[in-house]
Amino acid sequence: MSPAGDGAAASCRRASVALADGRFALQDLTLDVARGETLVLLGRSGSGKTTTLKLLNALLLPTAGDVTVEGRATRDWEPHRLRRRIGYVIQDTGLFPHFTVERNVALLPTLERWEPDRVRARVLEMLALVGLDAARFLHRYPRELSGGERQRVGIARALAADPALLLMDEPFGALDPLTRSELQREFKALCARLGKTIVFVTHDVREALLLGTRLALLAEGRLAFAGPPAEFRRAEHPEARAFAATLDP
Amino acid sequence: MSLLRFYAGNAGEALGLLVQHLLLVGASTAVAVALGVPLGIVLTRRPRLRAPVLGAANVFQTIPSLALFGFLIPLPFLGGIGASTAVVALVVYALLPIIRNTYTGIQAIDPAVREAGLGMGLTGGELLRLVELPLALGVIMAGVRVATVIGVGVATIAAAIGAGGLGVYIFRGVAMVNDTLILAGALPAAVMALGFDWGLGWIERKLTPRGVRA
Repeated sequence: MSPAGDGAAASCRRASVALADGRFALQDLTLDVARGETLVLLGRSGSGKTTTLKLLNALLLPTAGDVTVEGRATRDWEPHRLRRRIGYVIQDTGLFPHFTVERNVALLPTLERWEPDRVRARVLEMLALVGLDAARFLHRYPRELSGGERQRVGIARALAADPALLLMDEPFGALDPLTRSELQREFKALCARLGKTIVFVTHDVREALLLGTRLALLAEGRLAFAGPPAEFRRAEHPEARAFAATLDP
Repeated sequence: MSLLRFYAGNAGEALGLLVQHLLLVGASTAVAVALGVPLGIVLTRRPRLRAPVLGAANVFQTIPSLALFGFLIPLPFLGGIGASTAVVALVVYALLPIIRNTYTGIQAIDPAVREAGLGMGLTGGELLRLVELPLALGVIMAGVRVATVIGVGVATIAAAIGAGGLGVYIFRGVAMVNDTLILAGALPAAVMALGFDWGLGWIERKLTPRGVRA
């Protein structure tokens, strides 16, 4: 048996990431990601949220401890095989500027050698899912899109190959407040509909409470709190109280 | 006037030298692209090689061209009298702009694009073929263009080691203090440089992907 908990989509066991200067980006993290949950990693800049996310898709390997996805250590996966099963959305979207919206969304299914008809249908399905009118957007280039539209395309691209796990690194962080809350609401509805396992990084406690079915608070590379949103406000850890305090005017 | 008369009387020879010149520049640029682009790509993967490789290419660039031709003559295999030696020297000159632009072109790509590519599961080869090279192509072509234009000029000196080309007229004209002869070599070389500059610039614009064109 793997040391991961039964049914966990992914898990970290005493995972650490040491930096070259001897400090730790992440220290001794033990955390399971349960199937179907939206786990929000909350913390300040430099607290280890993004590091945790990159451990899950093997953009980083733990310098100590284990990270397993689907019961298999990330260091034993062939990196690109693992990553193709995991959707990845980042703040700057990272859309390919020389590809149209259609090619961006179609890329992974195409590389996975889906039939062209199936790829085409999938692209249309994904654009509809994120609320973009295919007729208007299919042939546009990323720079012809607004920030919110780009982020929608980013999500469509991440979901295109039907990943079991979706990683999101402050996907709404660079958007204006109105667009952000619009996307947050839509995304919450989307999560409920798709039933995907999602790990979502943010430094915005409101966003965390809105979207998360479970919260994990990181402080200076260590796990400070993990539990459902309702418990977060009662958490004792000073970092949790500091975050909770920002909620009250 | 005297120039036109000269060409009329020596059409065959002039055309032959022009073709020779084109071949010198074409062959050396082709070799430089074949060496320089892969080398530039390697530098983006092995940052530690960047300083020594670009440094060496830089040093070659500073050797006066006439001296470089001279240095090459006594070398076995690469050297000797004639066109092949000239091509080696021209390749050395063309390498720097091509390596440097390949490296810079790839390096200048938004890191988020590379991270997203790797994160979504592209292999190194797929990232290079589908993302990095297409996005860097405009910059790489700009390097090829600079290299070619420099090559047209430097190739005139190749006549000094018996490689032929338009430099033959220039050297002859200098030796005979004959302006018409100098012009007979220099003018077509200048036009050729401008032609390459314009033509490769056009290709460069065509190769710049639509989504990133200014």
